[in-house]
Amino acid sequence: MSADGCGAPAGGVPVPATAAGDQAVVEGRVVHDGAPVAAGYARLLGTGDEFVAEVPLGGDGGFRFFAAPGSWTLRVLAPGGLRAERTVVAGYGQVTKVDVTV
Amino acid sequence: MSRPDVLVDADWVEAHLGEPGIVLVEVDEDTSAYDKGHIPSAVKIDWKKDLQDPVRRDFVDKTGFEALLSERGIGNDDTVVLYGGNNNWFAAYAYWYFKLYGHHKVQLLDGGRKKWELDSRELTRDVPDRARTSYTAAEQDSSLRALRDEVLAAVGKRNLVDVRSPDEFTGRLLAPAHLPQEQAQRAGHIPTARNVPWSKAANEDGTFKSDDDLRTLYAAEAGLDFGKDTIAYCRIGERSAHTWFVLHELLDLANVKNYDGSWTEYGSLVGVPIELGEGR
Repeated sequence: MSADGCGAPAGGVPVPATAAGDQAVVEGRVVHDGAPVAAGYARLLGTGDEFVAEVPLGGDGGFRFFAAPGSWTLRVLAPGGLRAERTVVAGYGQVTKVDVTV
Repeated sequence: MSRPDVLVDADWVEAHLGEPGIVLVEVDEDTSAYDKGHIPSAVKIDWKKDLQDPVRRDFVDKTGFEALLSERGIGNDDTVVLYGGNNNWFAAYAYWYFKLYGHHKVQLLDGGRKKWELDSRELTRDVPDRARTSYTAAEQDSSLRALRDEVLAAVGKRNLVDVRSPDEFTGRLLAPAHLPQEQAQRAGHIPTARNVPWSKAANEDGTFKSDDDLRTLYAAEAGLDFGKDTIAYCRIGERSAHTWFVLHELLDLANVKNYDGSWTEYGSLVGVPIELGEGR
């Protein structure tokens, strides 16, 4: 992904290993009944439930965001009306892991 | 135009699958989504490879657009129904693009790929075999597209709508938060622009809000003067195509343009005014 693209690939843009570098990474996996949820969406919301970003879940139920330091809300939507919400705190140079069961 | 002319729902698409004269087109930036499963009979268009000139930062030219549609088996008289991921951002961009080249029988699938998936509707990996056509495009309709000099001249005069997230508008983020924040251009927004994130026009499942809700959002809440001309922009012009669709196609406002150069162009220009913070 670069300046000439703006799309959200399934699972989010990969980062090398778990190195966050100078990014504030929020990532995790979504599972249902012990299995990854591959057809679903993770969205990141800011203050006042303001939409910030959304990615389709990857084949392993994974998602990844590049946020800024602070508190965010993570919301998961999946077929069958499945949904879940978590509060996450991100920081530069950190990979904040959030695994979600729906 | 009114909503039924420009927007179809998933039930309508299911009922018309495979009908002659209707061509479903999935538009994504990452076409692996199409390859992993798409709506039956849909062909794909790659937002970057098919619609952008490989050398200049610009569209493919008229001849290139004609070649693309001919190769995909789309005729001048076909009704094209566009849908895609990212809440229809790229499908809305393609809609605007088709209009720009004079294809008038074009509609968006409300909610796009996401709504279809969340409804657990059928997806297939079968790629349709459409017969080649001989498509003829019109010259670009410049009334739909804003270029940078027009945008600079519009500061303080026309409605400028920045449809990025509030964090990008204020300069806290330089890109949507699903992308690494590595961009080198300046952060901020065009002075006098109002921030109305594209996402406020959509429901959680990607469908558009009602016309009444949209009017309230842009006029009452954001303070847009519907009597003035309007330019929408974002980072590269696809989220603002979503807002262009809302203002021009759903709410039927006259003189709405999409600035596809958007912040990647404006935020890299030397000497232009930039505003930081909340704006007005």
